[in-house]
Amino acid sequence: MTTTHPEHAGGDQPVDLDDPDLSRFDIVRAGAREDDIEIVHYEPQVVPGSKAERRLSRTVALFFLLTGVSATAFLAIYIWWPWEYELGYGGDKWYTPLLGVTLGIALLGIGFGILTWGKKLLPKEVSVQDRHESVNERDRIITGQTMLYMADELGVKRRPLLGVSLLAGLAPVGAVAAAPLVGGLISQPHKNNQMFTTGFAPTDDGQKKVRLVREDGRPIRPADISAGGQITVFPGIEHGVSNKYADSPALLIHLRDADAQEAREANVRIGHDDYMWGNFAAYSKICTHAGCPASLYEQQTNRLLCPCHQSQFLITDNAKPIFGPASRRLPQLPIVVDDEGYFVATSDYTETVGPDFWERP
Amino acid sequence: MKRRKFEMAAVPGNAARGVDDRFQVATPLRRLLNKVFPDHWSFLLGEIALFSFIILLLTGVFLTFFFEPAMTEVIYNGSYAPLRGTPMSAAYASSLDITFDIRGGLIMRQMHHWSALLFMAAIVVHMLRVFFTGAFRKPREANWIIGSLLFWVGFLAGFTGYSLPDDGLSGTGLRIASGIMLSIPVIGSWLTSSIFDGEFPGTIIISRFYIAHVLLIPGLLLALIGAHLGLVFKQKHTQWPGPGRTNDNVVGERMFPRYALKQGGFFMVVFGVIALMAGLFQINPIWLFGPYEAWVVSAASQPDWYVMFLDGSTRLMPAWEIYIPIGDGYVIPPLFWPTVVLPGVLVGMSVLYPFIEARRLKDHRSHNLLQRPRDVPARSGLGAMAVTFYLVLALSGANDVIADKFNISLNAMTWGGRIGLLLLPPLAYYVTYRLCLGLQQHDREVLAHGVETGIIRRLPDGRFVEVHQPLHREEGELEYVGWVVPKKMNRLGALGPAIRGFFYPIEKPAEAPVSPASPPVDSDTERSEITSGERR
Repeated sequence: MTTTHPEHAGGDQPVDLDDPDLSRFDIVRAGAREDDIEIVHYEPQVVPGSKAERRLSRTVALFFLLTGVSATAFLAIYIWWPWEYELGYGGDKWYTPLLGVTLGIALLGIGFGILTWGKKLLPKEVSVQDRHESVNERDRIITGQTMLYMADELGVKRRPLLGVSLLAGLAPVGAVAAAPLVGGLISQPHKNNQMFTTGFAPTDDGQKKVRLVREDGRPIRPADISAGGQITVFPGIEHGVSNKYADSPALLIHLRDADAQEAREANVRIGHDDYMWGNFAAYSKICTHAGCPASLYEQQTNRLLCPCHQSQFLITDNAKPIFGPASRRLPQLPIVVDDEGYFVATSDYTETVGPDFWERP
Repeated sequence: MKRRKFEMAAVPGNAARGVDDRFQVATPLRRLLNKVFPDHWSFLLGEIALFSFIILLLTGVFLTFFFEPAMTEVIYNGSYAPLRGTPMSAAYASSLDITFDIRGGLIMRQMHHWSALLFMAAIVVHMLRVFFTGAFRKPREANWIIGSLLFWVGFLAGFTGYSLPDDGLSGTGLRIASGIMLSIPVIGSWLTSSIFDGEFPGTIIISRFYIAHVLLIPGLLLALIGAHLGLVFKQKHTQWPGPGRTNDNVVGERMFPRYALKQGGFFMVVFGVIALMAGLFQINPIWLFGPYEAWVVSAASQPDWYVMFLDGSTRLMPAWEIYIPIGDGYVIPPLFWPTVVLPGVLVGMSVLYPFIEARRLKDHRSHNLLQRPRDVPARSGLGAMAVTFYLVLALSGANDVIADKFNISLNAMTWGGRIGLLLLPPLAYYVTYRLCLGLQQHDREVLAHGVETGIIRRLPDGRFVEVHQPLHREEGELEYVGWVVPKKMNRLGALGPAIRGFFYPIEKPAEAPVSPASPPVDSDTERSEITSGERR
């Protein structure tokens, strides 16, 4: 049955649904015409009962059965496969891949089954539908006038007091809606001077200097770091190693003699005369660009590199940024060794730690 | 009393009648069943995004049953031995539990992550299709704007989502995000402090991101997607030019049953591919990153792909700090430009583009027919420019990995990116423009002279000419109608179609290999003689 460009026998006249000669397709086509759709081409792809039809049906059935098998396999694996994590190589490492493969095949089976059914077994058709984008000028005018008349009825023009008072009354209501959200969320950024202090600020009213400690909380002696070596240090206070003091971590570097000399001279140039102790210098580990830990230290060039955006800081020149997007040097932590032979911070960082912001002095 | 006979066959009819009596659905339902959709492979790209979104909702709901959005410190005691005894946030511990202690949790997590990546990728490719074919023109500007917003809302959904596990990698991302917010002039510190409730990281950001990720952003996405689809439905899909296709009609298939079947099948295929990827390809192995600690980072920390271009722009930005010497002095950090201003400019440009183009061309008509990219060289050039700009940024987002793998100096990569970002886009514009013109000319040449046959003929005077097969019998040029011009003899049916069938020949010979969307070219029974393209 090929219907190509059927004659518009009755034009747009509705067909007689009681006509016994009318096939179901005729009704469909007549219905489509009522929606301004013309089915201009309708062509079965397979002859009913043909070999091709049987073959395609078998293909579709095969896809659906594959889905059944694969989904069953998924369930069996889900239930019986050893899935609990074990160290080393084991069957549990295959659990997720097997689930993925069985689920994937099951879903692809449905997908390809439906696609084959739709694309190969169903008749091909070309239909043409009108877009109807023409504007109805009359309706535009009527709707416009109706809306204008609504404004007339409200009489805002004649009674301006109403409009003004409504606005004046509603504006605070809008603010009321926003107030709890803004008021609840807002938080003063400079509470306790938090943006300019870290865990290294001396405790007990500036009497007690804070020790530099390792990740496990042990204090550090100068002999612990060999020349050219470095270690991440934290304030030796409660929770000093945790994210509560995310701005505090510093890199304690033991410079070689020549480098240390250069670094000391650079220190003197900017008035940081006694920030180093011997050949040791400590710089904030928090990048002044976006706050990542600048943690890749290259011994040979004395550069500290931040792996996030590749800012590079020259340690022998007050950790000045020499490449990349950072624009400010890493703050230096002034250090000495206390009576017991451990490193302490003589004061907090004297510059602001971390990413830059508007009111940073 | 005689029981009335119960007729099974009458049940559907009676039920349908009952429903229609109450809701009067017959007419609108007929309209829906009959609605005509044009078909072309490139119209399926947006559907991939839609289907990925559905999968995101399904897998996401599963994950919420087990995830604990809290930054309370706990000591991990789950199955994953290497991290046992480590202090970490409850969020990270529950993410590890989803991975190792909930049966099938890992595949759900990986499906969620892969479908998120696919969602964003499909949005981008769909957007390119819409741009290069001019589908954004009047009357579809509103839908273009909604689509552009969908990318950025999807971006937020992705960022809030991958921050939730609170692992080493996502914590670094969050740290950078706080740095970006801090860089905004005047309000930066207030904004950051309000969002994190104090200094970074604070104790509440994960629960705030959680509610944004599972309620606010998906709600917004649902609303935007609903509006997007509603507009496509109302305004009807665009179509390629071709025989019988005009600006005032839609040529295609009725929605039911064939078109809908194909859509359903395609959904299942997308779903299946995501399941395969989730099972076979590891994504975001959070257990390797460890809990977030402010002082730990590893090299090659890259965000998800759709964030990478902003990472790249941040890396390429020179250290230009603006210092305002008033009072104690104020700064606009260099971080502000590539991460706040650039996205803002990009949103503005994409949203405004349809109007800019219409204004420049003084074209205020409605367009329902698509344009081939070659026919609009200026737009295609601009598109190529945007794509190049984007690619340079995205590659720069991985410049440390490229430098490492190819043994290139890292600083050279950065400089290459900076220079490339300025030079390559205009170059791409020029090259694309010329390519478009060349393709246009070739189309016109074939329409005027015919298809190259590959037959060389020697003329009596000794010259050699290639024989061309004209596309029509009359004298004069064929008019270009904005659609594919056949350029090979077998597109004209000159070669017999190959016999199909893998194991044995299939009874019905295949049709001539012309894509169904291109205008059918009738192979003439009486062929005109093959002549040289020249006319004397």
